[in-house]
Amino acid sequence: MVKRKTILVACGTAIATSTVVAKAIEEALEERDLYVNIRQCKASEVPSLVDNADLIVTTTPVSVDKDIPVIQTLAFLTGIGKEDVINQIVNYIKED
Amino acid sequence: MEALGDLLVKSAIILNYPARDAEDIVVTLGKRLFDAGYTKESFIQAALEREKTMPTGLPLSCGFNAAIPHTDVEHVFKPGVAFATLTNPVNFQNMVNPEDSVPVSLVFVLALDQPKAQIGMLQEIAGILQSPKVIEDLLIASECGDVIRIIKNKTS
Repeated sequence: MVKRKTILVACGTAIATSTVVAKAIEEALEERDLYVNIRQCKASEVPSLVDNADLIVTTTPVSVDKDIPVIQTLAFLTGIGKEDVINQIVNYIKED
Repeated sequence: MEALGDLLVKSAIILNYPARDAEDIVVTLGKRLFDAGYTKESFIQAALEREKTMPTGLPLSCGFNAAIPHTDVEHVFKPGVAFATLTNPVNFQNMVNPEDSVPVSLVFVLALDQPKAQIGMLQEIAGILQSPKVIEDLLIASECGDVIRIIKNKTS
């Protein structure tokens, strides 16, 4: 059994935009039969949580000193470029 | 179920407001939420501070842009949403890229009282932002009742 990957979803306060983004990612991945752990956090919490994450999706700039993919996007709020971002996420999730 | 149409605070809907700048509209809408008992007075300052470090301007596909100022739950008594359309766009900074300015014509100020609790409402706002037709209808609305009707019809 493949270990589920963990996506860290960050925004400024961890109450508004990351909620929308986390839900949208979960739904998009479930449609593709992909299951992940999603963890929401504030941008300021990213450095302390990054060790347990495989991918970061954030609506606001974050500082990361680990070699990990970071997708900085408003696509799940504004719809602009959403398919591209979902495809990027899917590719990261499917990677070994 | 807390739908956006139910969370909109009627006394905190302002249409065609001639805002001087982003601070003006955040303060004006924040004051309406405070006066209506939704937030503590500290909400306004907290939202302004947050806007400086983590702004909420969102460039949309339809040519008009939006901002969704909000702040931590500790400044909120109960969930509510304030809304304004602006006669002339004012600059907010871009959420994803804070050094860029976004000329904003629609502002939703969100008073949220617990993480994840208002997911339905937040998804509705994202849906509105992704619908040029709804944005256009909101921008030409002249009465508060129109705003609520547009949002309820859109989400029904």
